[in-house]
Amino acid sequence: MSISRDQVLHVARLAHLDLSDEEVERLTAELGAILDAVSKVSELDLDDVPPTSHPLAIVNAWAEDVPHESLALDDVFENAPAREGDSFRVPPTG
Amino acid sequence: MSAVVDTLRLTAEEAIGLVERGDVSAAELHAAYRDAIEERDGELHAYLRTVEEADGTSIPIALKDVISTKGVETTAGSKILSGYVPVFDATVAARCRAAGLTLLGKTNTDEFAMGSSTENSAFGPSRNPWDPSLVPGGSGGGTSAAVTAGLAPWGLGSDTGGSIKQPSALCGNVGLRPTYGTVSRYGVVAFASSLDQVGPVAKNVRDVALLYSIIAGRDPEDSTTVELPGAVVLPQEDRLEGLRVGVPRQATELEAIEPGVRAAFDVALTRLEELGAEVGECELPRAFDYGIACYYLIATAEASSNLARYDGVRYGPRSEGTTYREMVERTRDEGFGDEPKRRIMLGTYALSAGYYDAYYGQAQKVRTLIVREHADVFGRFDVLATPTSPTVAFPIGHKAADPLAMYACDLLTIPSCLAGLPGLNVPCGFSEGLPVGLQLIGPQLSENTLFRAGHALERSLGLDLVPERLRT
Repeated sequence: MSISRDQVLHVARLAHLDLSDEEVERLTAELGAILDAVSKVSELDLDDVPPTSHPLAIVNAWAEDVPHESLALDDVFENAPAREGDSFRVPPTG
Repeated sequence: MSAVVDTLRLTAEEAIGLVERGDVSAAELHAAYRDAIEERDGELHAYLRTVEEADGTSIPIALKDVISTKGVETTAGSKILSGYVPVFDATVAARCRAAGLTLLGKTNTDEFAMGSSTENSAFGPSRNPWDPSLVPGGSGGGTSAAVTAGLAPWGLGSDTGGSIKQPSALCGNVGLRPTYGTVSRYGVVAFASSLDQVGPVAKNVRDVALLYSIIAGRDPEDSTTVELPGAVVLPQEDRLEGLRVGVPRQATELEAIEPGVRAAFDVALTRLEELGAEVGECELPRAFDYGIACYYLIATAEASSNLARYDGVRYGPRSEGTTYREMVERTRDEGFGDEPKRRIMLGTYALSAGYYDAYYGQAQKVRTLIVREHADVFGRFDVLATPTSPTVAFPIGHKAADPLAMYACDLLTIPSCLAGLPGLNVPCGFSEGLPVGLQLIGPQLSENTLFRAGHALERSLGLDLVPERLRT
């Protein structure tokens, strides 16, 4: 199971990672080897087996709909790299 | 006070006794551990940062740096969170605070708890107190090294596929990965949400049980949590009559297990029989054949989603970019280290269109088989026993360049994590002068049984778990 350089670039774009050429080259090799190992799961015929997404059999954890204090705005922005008024400031999306 | 308090051998229970009797104050005890850190942590690098003043009335605790601590920087071992100072406490940190525990500091971890050696920490590796040229295990190598070296009476780690149990095995202390859902993850930096659990690390089983009683139970802030079915019982009994111990054949026949580890494990099994337990063989073929493959698909898929939040917008350092996308991509490329990037890439691929069913979907079905296999063997056995780690502590740098070799460190701890089961590492002997750990696995919510079995075993073995080079 190998992965192509183009696939790595596609996945990096999906994951919002601006990888360097050196990283792309290394990850192409490493991910190929790792995919070989994890592809083992496809050996099994599991058509009739349901998936497990959560290991503890609990169903719906209800809570009373009671309003409570949220973090103060100054706390929310405490760690922000850039703030403008009551908003996080970011570069233009265009 | 450090001359009076020997932090190397002091258990948490003994330390609580000292404070309650007024032999030392909380502040003096905190200072004694600070002195020990000053003396020994330059070499070990168990801590990323320490807290100067005691802020509680009881004994100190070390918290892995994935646990948010109000007002104290929390980085998860990553550059992408450097400088991040939480404005609230994780529930487990708040519960420790409510119990009067004083925060000693934040301990080192592989970046985002991804690793088995702490070498993936962006702030440099921790070292093993038995031999500083060796790794302490990971990802919770910092907490584990601190407990073994007397730099904290106890601490909290987090465990996704073995990050509490494996470092406890490699450093020679006791670590519990609790049943999934018994300890809140609110305020804990997320890695793989269907697997992550917070748990205690200490010098002995009673201390681990005591700390578990402080942190466990339902938390309204974490909807995956449940109330414990009954009170945590501090173990006292020395005999194990009636306890049925299953040994999975697939786990003990693995070639990867070092002969010295196998020998120590076998001696411990004989000891369990002498204590009155019935030891028998069982089968977990899928769990050990497919566990690692299943885990690395599920854990990386969930990690790729959890780590999407680090975008340079709300916290953490930001890299320059002329557009929003450029800023986010550069921030993430510069902020994440190699291992998180590898896992984000693998997880994103496994979740991407056209591959989802073959990878993530298939892994979730394999997970069902592993859950069922464990349920079957617990029809005949109360607990399972295997070595915790196939090897003793290995040299720093030894596996750092080979991700698959590093992933194989967790071969024995991963299957039970996938099934949401509790596991307790108990030191069971030595190989090449280094500690060997035995893990006890139980059905969900069977922590009291694990404590009872682990306590009887450690008492009977009576190992000296202070590293020889630190004994005075």
